[in-house]
Amino acid sequence: MRSDDTGLFARAPGERSYLTEGTTLRSWLLSTDHKRIAILYAASITMFFFIGGAAATVIRLELFTPKGDLVTADTYNRLFTLHGVIMVWFFLVPSIPATLGNFLLPLMIGAKDVAFPRLNLMSWYLYVIAGCFTLAALLLGGVDTGWTFYTPFSTLYSNSYVLLAAFGIFVVGFSSIATGINFIATVHLLRTKGMTWMRLPLFCWAMYATSLVMVLATPVLAMAMLLICAERLLGLPIFDPRAGGDPLLFQHLFWFYSHPAVYIMILPAMGVVSEILACESRRRVFGYQFMVYAMLVIAVIGFLVWGHHMFVSGQSPFASMIFSFLSFVIAVPSAIKVFNWTGTLYRGTIRFSAPMLYALGFVGLFTLGGLTGLFLASIPVDVHLSDTYFVVAHFHYIMVGGSVSAFFGGLHFWWPKITGRLYSETFARSAALWLFFGFNFTFFPQFILGYLGMPRRYHEYPPEFQVWNVMSSTGAAVLAVGYLMPLFYLTYSLFHGERAPDNPHQATGLEWTTSSPPPKHNFLVPPVVETEAYAYHDWDEAPGAADETMQDERA
Amino acid sequence: MSSRPVATLVEPFEEPERQHEAMVFGLWLFLATEILFFGGFFFLYAVARLQDPSGFAAGGHKANLLLGTVNTLLLMSSSATLTVAERAIQAEWRRAARVGIVATLALGTAFLLVKGFEYHEDLSEHLFPTMPAFPFTAVGAIRFWSFYWTITLVHAVHLTIGLAFVARLLWLDRVGTLGPRWMVTEATTLYWHFVDVVWLLLWPLLYLAGR
Amino acid sequence: MLASASTIAPSVDRIFWVLVALSVVIMAVVGTLVLSFAIKYREGTRAYRGPLPEWMSREVEIGWTVATLFVALFVFWWAASAQLPHFLLPKKALEIHIVAKQWMWKAQHPEGVREIDALHIPQGVPVRLEMTSQDVIHSFGVPAFRIKQDVLPGRYTATWFEATKPGDYHLFCTEYCGTAHARMTGTISVMPPEAYAAWLAAQPHGEDLAGEGAQLFTKFGCSGCHGAGSRVPAPPLAGLYDRPVTLADGTTVTADEDYLRTSIMRPEAQVVAGYPSVMPSYQGVASEEQVVAMVAYIKALDQGRSEAR
Repeated sequence: MRSDDTGLFARAPGERSYLTEGTTLRSWLLSTDHKRIAILYAASITMFFFIGGAAATVIRLELFTPKGDLVTADTYNRLFTLHGVIMVWFFLVPSIPATLGNFLLPLMIGAKDVAFPRLNLMSWYLYVIAGCFTLAALLLGGVDTGWTFYTPFSTLYSNSYVLLAAFGIFVVGFSSIATGINFIATVHLLRTKGMTWMRLPLFCWAMYATSLVMVLATPVLAMAMLLICAERLLGLPIFDPRAGGDPLLFQHLFWFYSHPAVYIMILPAMGVVSEILACESRRRVFGYQFMVYAMLVIAVIGFLVWGHHMFVSGQSPFASMIFSFLSFVIAVPSAIKVFNWTGTLYRGTIRFSAPMLYALGFVGLFTLGGLTGLFLASIPVDVHLSDTYFVVAHFHYIMVGGSVSAFFGGLHFWWPKITGRLYSETFARSAALWLFFGFNFTFFPQFILGYLGMPRRYHEYPPEFQVWNVMSSTGAAVLAVGYLMPLFYLTYSLFHGERAPDNPHQATGLEWTTSSPPPKHNFLVPPVVETEAYAYHDWDEAPGAADETMQDERA
Repeated sequence: MSSRPVATLVEPFEEPERQHEAMVFGLWLFLATEILFFGGFFFLYAVARLQDPSGFAAGGHKANLLLGTVNTLLLMSSSATLTVAERAIQAEWRRAARVGIVATLALGTAFLLVKGFEYHEDLSEHLFPTMPAFPFTAVGAIRFWSFYWTITLVHAVHLTIGLAFVARLLWLDRVGTLGPRWMVTEATTLYWHFVDVVWLLLWPLLYLAGR
Repeated sequence: MLASASTIAPSVDRIFWVLVALSVVIMAVVGTLVLSFAIKYREGTRAYRGPLPEWMSREVEIGWTVATLFVALFVFWWAASAQLPHFLLPKKALEIHIVAKQWMWKAQHPEGVREIDALHIPQGVPVRLEMTSQDVIHSFGVPAFRIKQDVLPGRYTATWFEATKPGDYHLFCTEYCGTAHARMTGTISVMPPEAYAAWLAAQPHGEDLAGEGAQLFTKFGCSGCHGAGSRVPAPPLAGLYDRPVTLADGTTVTADEDYLRTSIMRPEAQVVAGYPSVMPSYQGVASEEQVVAMVAYIKALDQGRSEAR
């Protein structure tokens, strides 16, 4: 606890930051400092990411050959369930919001912390407790229902630890809700002087929109999981068709949450990408207002499209038509964002740093993933592609090609701010390229597999599908290397990396005006904001400056 | 508004008005999630009732109206006593506050005891759908009782958590910090009112359904 | 590649490949723009980096938003209109009953022929599948036909197709259903109509479906209340199929297969107006296949084939 320690944390003798204030385990585990909580989350989600990744490794190994010869069918079913449950709830949903969001949101708005710091700490503990329940289910033998827990299989037929896993998911939902409440209150109430709504960085808007979705959608998941628990534990015949229950009811409840959940997973990524693209192009984000509205529209319409997961479920054709229509409508704001990101590059000064490579990769992979969503929104095509590898490829393009790329990009972009260290650009750029190629190699063949009819959740398959499976599994091996690389060079950077200056990227944004790493209370003097976001060039160079009427709100 | 005691500030707030604003805002956001949560249950209730109204009503007829009404009165009174306590704290009348808190705890606990007794009665009449001696075969009745057990248990859990928060107020009073932490009381009271309101919505749905 | 073996497969493929083309075009446009900007405007080049051109303004943004919306709505309309005919199940079709269970497909032809994990059908004839599950949700998927329909416990779901090319095609279970989900596959064999008729005749079979149903009708005691001469008030079954029925709660429903199945398995859920709710449930007594047969029998009562009233 010597504050003149120049070991891991301090840049120079006597320098203090949030990392040096208290170095005991207790000071970390009981910290209400949003920056430390972000790091607690980062450590936990990394652990879960590798557990989920290990499951994926075994899955792809099994799928090298048409026969189910590596693991038993039951084991395979538990593996893909584990992969889905962990990756969705214990990695993707918290990833950007709970790590980057927690760390950066107060800094970006010029606040000392989030609105409810103790609630923030509690959200991490809820996450950990939930993780324990889920890991317990895994260690005891696993769950074999798929991450979607469809009834009546999950309630009446599965002989696995459904109750434990469902309860774990129920608890992790509260962690999400707590984070969401915190962020919404923070953005409303703690913006520093001069930080009006329309001067907020797009990352803050992304956190805000994501939090709205988290707060409104997660309670429905809680109910769905609770009802599964009620049926498994107490035997109440809620979804049992023999007692008049409706198995489709579960699907409606589940997807009412799980579709907005995918927007919880992508909106933060969009926020990160906007920040990186603006900085590394040295240009304002093109069409800031439209970018804000697009995110809010996505958040709202995202609540109205859940039935597109149920076109073949026995849902009424009339309902299917409405859901299909709205699913096409929601493609529009996402397309706008892609156009605007492209426009941001125009006449910029582009630096191909590692974060920029991740951000550019995001634009490509997200666009492709989004376009394949149009296939799935078209009912006749969806009937053919539903429950095939086409769907698997579609969501991995968006969740992994999109969200994980953006997460890695953001991690690298803000690494100097968070740790006070620089990492090796050479290694980082190689990893980014490696990941991009490995990813496409893994998942593009799956679109073909899906069109040809290979169903998902199959551990064995007809031999004519093998060539594409081999391609995909080989790609997965490449991808795995790409994911392991940052583990090495980022860890190295923590111990031996060059010390980072306050603003290594010359970025705008309040977080860059304080030291790297920041002091415990973020700013020595509360900042005052006088310009719009992304003031990389003079205001009169921005598009249509003369007719833009940016109304300032009271701070 | 009558003058309040000087408030204890918590991180990251520097002004009590801001802190108060944040607390109220955050709590209402939380209540919004609870509304969605319970709203989902009420939606299920409506669906189940519409699909088999006669069976549903037959099932509902067996709910114990007397005990349900007693519980409603207990809970409404407890909301009143807690509100009294909250005002007392803001006016710094410590004895009145303490009496109000203790009364709320007593009434809330009484609610749980009555509920427990009611569960006992329901079980002795075999009103749990998985029991072989469950007196109904109608789908609506099965669903009514599935709904009854699930929702009352969920409500009871919320109420117990509320009791814990109310008990915490007593503890704060003991260590003498209750006055400056009047915002905590306001938060607790708001939550308790919510628990009360949910019950007020449940009472007609559960106990007046079959009549 | 994948066989195109049904009447709807070409139209599904058409939409699919047009969407592929659209995606290629959009990826090409975005990719070209991003790459060319990245190269032209990379740090160190002498490209012009002044203010954005006048035309890149709010109007342009609105413009491309509206254009994107148009494209999206156009694709929706095209796909929706392709789907609408398929939503209507053909009345005059060869009706096959499918009962799914962990982990096999059981098919029953109207003539009484049964198949497991296989289905022989004639080419050029609309085939309608009435399906139910004995346990969990399964899904009947035939990629070559571009069809898929979830099969639910507790009710019937239906789909239809008309096969256009003889051959053997994969049948997959396409909704995860437990341990042997990946093994719940089968073969759809499409044969020219004469070959199908010959195959059918060569199969061992007992009663046709309706005849089997007639026997069960007596065996399960249905005729005790629904038969001629019964003194227990029970709704008449002759001519019941596909007619409107008024229930005790005042609503009117159509007596389709699902209604008939529910009346047998959970009669208390659908009490007919004017009748007491005294019919016992056959849940756990009659198997799904037996219910299929009885439903076939009741449907055949339209032609006055039995003694039921």
